[in-house]
Amino acid sequence: MPAIREAESNPQQQHQAAGDSPKAAPQVLLKTRVMTLIVVLTQVFGDYFLSRGLRQVGSLVGQPPVAYILAFLNPWVALGVTLLILWLFFHMVLLSWADLSYVLPVTSIGYVLVALTGRFFLDETVSWMRWSGVAMIVGGVILVGRTPPSSQPGAEVRS
Amino acid sequence: MRWILVAIIVAATSAGEVLQAAGMKRHGEIDDFRPGALGRVAFAISKNRLIILSVLMMAISFFAFMALVSVADLSFSVPATAASYVLETLLAKFVLKENVGMRRWAGALLVCSGVAMLSL
Repeated sequence: MPAIREAESNPQQQHQAAGDSPKAAPQVLLKTRVMTLIVVLTQVFGDYFLSRGLRQVGSLVGQPPVAYILAFLNPWVALGVTLLILWLFFHMVLLSWADLSYVLPVTSIGYVLVALTGRFFLDETVSWMRWSGVAMIVGGVILVGRTPPSSQPGAEVRS
Repeated sequence: MRWILVAIIVAATSAGEVLQAAGMKRHGEIDDFRPGALGRVAFAISKNRLIILSVLMMAISFFAFMALVSVADLSFSVPATAASYVLETLLAKFVLKENVGMRRWAGALLVCSGVAMLSL
């Protein structure tokens, strides 16, 4: 009998469903969202500048490694790479308290940002197929964004 | 050539991010955002073997991505790497032992299909 009662009051059990229950301290959610935004912005602008620079540099496929190094001399490539190094660091910071299975889908909102900037700043046409893609990503981000960032109990209690 | 690069990118990114997540979990939570403290964090994680290996993987993925972007449009390059979402969620569940519930599975699948649709 005591064994059953112990199992019932076992706090471990409350964490069993952590991946599905929307419980996390407000300050954890706030710092997670701010860091997610920083991670997304450094990646989106990093990729954009990199791609812009590499279009000036030309094809790297089949080129010797020196060509890759020389590509860094292009100012757009250099700017892009700098932002992507910052992305790497902030991504690590975010992963220090949040699950990979949380960070991964949530940071994909960057794709939506790319599609929207293409539509509204570069006057690209976005097909209905792409808009449905955007809608699916937004749906996925909302679903995952409502789960607690960390499934490890200690991480939430500490902060 | 394009699809070989995509395969390299997906494999290296997945391995790199799983190693990165494992390394950061070993390091512990980063809460102090003052420049000095962040500098100490950078120093500490530069000696973390999982992180070193992850950065190596990310570098492979990065140079393969650079090569891909130099021959293909960004609108092909980015969505083509969507497969990594499902692969990494699987690895997060079975290697990192994360608590992946229904919402996270549904979210990962939605994002993956959404990213793939962006390329159409």
